[in-house]
Amino acid sequence: MQNDTNQQEFLSTPDNELFILRLFVTGASPNSTRAISNIKSICEANLCDKYELEIIDVYQQPLMAESEQIIALPLLIRKFPLPERRMIGDLSDTKKVLKGLGLEED
Amino acid sequence: MIDNLSHLQQTDKYKFPKTPTGIKGLDEITGGGLPTGRPALICGGPGCGKTLMSIEFIVRGATEYNEPGVFLAFEEKVEELEMNVASLGFDLKKLQADKLVKIDHVHIERSEIEETGEYDLDGLFIRLGYAIDSIGAKRVVLDTLENLFSGLSNQAILRSELRRLFHWLKEKGVTAIITGERGEKELTRQGLEEYVSDCVILLEHRVANQISTRLLRVVKYRGSMHGTNEYPFLIDEEGISVLPVTSLQLTSEVSSERLPSGIESLDKMLEGKGFYRGSSILVSGTAGTGKTSIAASFANKACTDNKKCVYLAFEESPKQIIRNMKSIGFDLGKHVDSGMLEFHAFRPTVYGLEMHLVAIHKIIRKFDPQVVILDPITNLVTVGSISEVKAMLIRLIDFLQEKQITVMFTALTLNSFVSEQTDEGVSSLVDAWLLVRDIELNGERNRGMYIMKSRGMKHSNQVREFVISDEGLNLVDVYLGPEGVIVGSAREAQMLHEETGLALRGHALNRKNREILRKKKVLEAQIANLQTEFESVEEELNKGYMEEELKKEIFERNRNEITNIRRGIDGSGESKNSPQSK
Repeated sequence: MQNDTNQQEFLSTPDNELFILRLFVTGASPNSTRAISNIKSICEANLCDKYELEIIDVYQQPLMAESEQIIALPLLIRKFPLPERRMIGDLSDTKKVLKGLGLEED
Repeated sequence: MIDNLSHLQQTDKYKFPKTPTGIKGLDEITGGGLPTGRPALICGGPGCGKTLMSIEFIVRGATEYNEPGVFLAFEEKVEELEMNVASLGFDLKKLQADKLVKIDHVHIERSEIEETGEYDLDGLFIRLGYAIDSIGAKRVVLDTLENLFSGLSNQAILRSELRRLFHWLKEKGVTAIITGERGEKELTRQGLEEYVSDCVILLEHRVANQISTRLLRVVKYRGSMHGTNEYPFLIDEEGISVLPVTSLQLTSEVSSERLPSGIESLDKMLEGKGFYRGSSILVSGTAGTGKTSIAASFANKACTDNKKCVYLAFEESPKQIIRNMKSIGFDLGKHVDSGMLEFHAFRPTVYGLEMHLVAIHKIIRKFDPQVVILDPITNLVTVGSISEVKAMLIRLIDFLQEKQITVMFTALTLNSFVSEQTDEGVSSLVDAWLLVRDIELNGERNRGMYIMKSRGMKHSNQVREFVISDEGLNLVDVYLGPEGVIVGSAREAQMLHEETGLALRGHALNRKNREILRKKKVLEAQIANLQTEFESVEEELNKGYMEEELKKEIFERNRNEITNIRRGIDGSGESKNSPQSK
């Protein structure tokens, strides 16, 4: 956490920071669709347009599964700001997601 | 036999498809390998060889059965795995390059993952599916799936996903091994066995008397016969070898071929031919009675007859045995050099009994000898009880009999009572039992040998004195005197005594012969005398007779002369006219 705050200070304020997010899903499974709509609403509500969200269907890119160490899906990875954060599940627990994204302190 | 065959063919028809593991012995226990297209569970405590066994399954599949395999490692990284199994001669790098094996390290760490709702393990499915399809894998190993439980917290999801995974693996038609850590009450910590119900193999690492033994047991194998015992296994530089199933069916072949013991006089006690080939011989006796010497003699004879021999020594080092046996005229070093004889010496305490058995199996399979010597089995008791040693020897004898290998055990008896000893314990197993024992008499100790039993042949019931000399071993008839058995110097004395008697008798005989000769000479002289006498008489008689003849002749001539003179003419004309004158 110490590390985290340092970086935030060093890079920029949370307000103008760009979030790079990747969401791995499996086709149009219930979990996947829920996760997509959940992340979209969370991002809209908290990050406005300061984010890039890439949605990847692992079925289409199975090689990704190995390189990204994917086991459980859906998986959301915060690629930036560093460090990398991983969240699994349909992102329905908004509190946990915000904490995971580093947008809300405990 | 015919019945057996047709029975086999019948079962063949309904035979359960199996995938050979290629692990020595395991395929024999499971009757051909793991169930094809189904998952099997290997469980056991830490360090019992789960990972090694499963990786050998993959490597053997790739190299020996042309079945590519996927290894999903949850515990070790790919590089670590490659290093760990390199010592077994498995080149995972090359196999991966040849697209025969695919290793995927699955990294899962709870602290790095936040669970934010419902999820599934589709990622794992996709990953595994892709790996399987990329090399056309037929075999899959998941080592150790239980790590998922430490990485993810939602048990309900995990369990339902695992159930789905096993279904999916079955649908894929791959033969899979899932490894699991041994739990306290259940076979695995997470109760994986409830998902994998087709084949469960339990590995154990047991320590008794500070000696550890690795054991394998097939707990369950649905739809197939399997060995149910605990089988010891060995991990060495060639991978895993499980002790092959001992048939214990008492159906091994028998031979009437004989092997001489190397002691001519002992062979004489055994119908003059020696031991049966493929039989087991026990030589037991008290300390220093020459058991090792008998064994060495047997080994020496076998090697001289061009039969390969393995000498397993549990007490002395090979060099020590070679040196000691040289002193009684057996040059075992020569046979070692020519490759006919192989020494293997180990302290009994190196392994547990079962491991010894596995090690012996390996040696025998490799060297393929015709004679095996174990010297002495008594020392094995230090690592197990008599009944355990007996059980091990039963299996060893069984194995050797099947291979038609003759085996000689030596055993030490600690006192003169034969009961409660190793040799007694195993005596019922062996075909021939030689007993060497001390005979103490007249203040000296000598060795006596007798044949306690020898199945299937007439054997002498006599106690013989067993003599070890520079020229080798020999058995001497003991002398039965009025006081009983005489051995050692007493026997020598008796023999000397007999020799004296012999000399005396010989002398007497000589005198008599000379007497006869003299008599003969006198008689012959007399006969010659008479002969001459007879000749002179004969001559005398002949003389008279001849004179008479002569006289008659002369008289005749004279008369003719006179007749001719009377006619007055010369004889020739006269004679012509003489018929006319008549």
